Amino acid sequence: MAYIQVPEGVPGIRSLVLFRPETGKPLYELAQVLLRGPSPLTEAERELIAAYVSGRNDCLFCRNSHAAAARCLYGEDKNLVDEVLKDMNHSPVSDKMKALLNIAGKVQVLGKEVTPEDIAAARLSGAGDREIHDTVLIAATFCMFNRYVDGLASFTPMDASAYEEMGKRMTEKGYVLPQPQNNK
Amino acid sequence: MPYIPLEEHLPGITGLLEYRRDTAAPIRELTQVLLRGPSSLTEGERELIATIVSHRNQCRFCTNAHTAAADILLGEDNTSAKVKQDIAIAPVSDKMKALLTIAAQVQESGKSVTADSIQKAKDAGATDIEIHDTVLIAALFCLYNRYVDGLSTVTPADPAFYTSLGERLKNHGYNRLPQGYDHLKKNKPQEK
Repeated sequence: MAYIQVPEGVPGIRSLVLFRPETGKPLYELAQVLLRGPSPLTEAERELIAAYVSGRNDCLFCRNSHAAAARCLYGEDKNLVDEVLKDMNHSPVSDKMKALLNIAGKVQVLGKEVTPEDIAAARLSGAGDREIHDTVLIAATFCMFNRYVDGLASFTPMDASAYEEMGKRMTEKGYVLPQPQNNK
Repeated sequence: MPYIPLEEHLPGITGLLEYRRDTAAPIRELTQVLLRGPSSLTEGERELIATIVSHRNQCRFCTNAHTAAADILLGEDNTSAKVKQDIAIAPVSDKMKALLTIAAQVQESGKSVTADSIQKAKDAGATDIEIHDTVLIAALFCLYNRYVDGLSTVTPADPAFYTSLGERLKNHGYNRLPQGYDHLKKNKPQEK
């Protein structure tokens, strides 16, 4: 049971933005521009950063839904997602993605944890300013979403197939503010 | 030195919001709704929530900025100082104490918020929307603090910088200034 009176049976963030659409609108716009807008990082890479940070924040809803979206987007390479979530440092992602995920992991702990060495390692493996910026902002944004979703104890489905559907929707439609009549 | 090239006359968050304006727009709108929109919490109370979270995230830029905004809105600087020191001794209502406690739990992790602390807030008269907004303001500042420090933006040392920033936040809120920020070029801040 959520801590406040949100629509029943609606999972995670969707129940919260239906409760307060005034804040829901910019929240969904931020997710859309950050994860689907112009960026040197692919949509798959950005969803992977979101899933990785959410996993480290122990937010099951965000971790599972963004991992499902990342699997859809990686297609044939979808196993990569689970390998990163299990053990990022030994996963088969590129050195650049490893360096960026390392920065995202530091951001998850605290902004101050990111060191000039972390940034230098990312640059050495080919990351530019925008990739570094977008990585930090995605990680910071999921530190917000994770706290919002869990801090109000919103509904977390336990059924894997529910997330598969969400991942498909997030891949096909992106982040569109849920409407009261179509909220499941 | 910031980790990416940002405008020198815009320390802290402002340089980041100008660096990528398409992501800045919804972040600004969200902040404006939460901290300045219609609410049964005063603007000063909402700035106190931003202050305690930034303080606990050790983000000096955001702590100084929102302390300044809270002090200007409340007309004194004792409340913000006490809130940062110890919620229990702060001269605020029981409801605000309960909401600040929830904000402090959100700062740790979403999972740290307990049913007990929510019940205390409700018993003290907090509405669902006040609890919602407290959690989301606290979560939003977990974003800001990480954005500002994760890219190592400049934290000005001069207290006068934050007084004038606090005035701007009181008078103009969180929307991008219609004229932009070029007029600030004449008073470049000193690095810490």
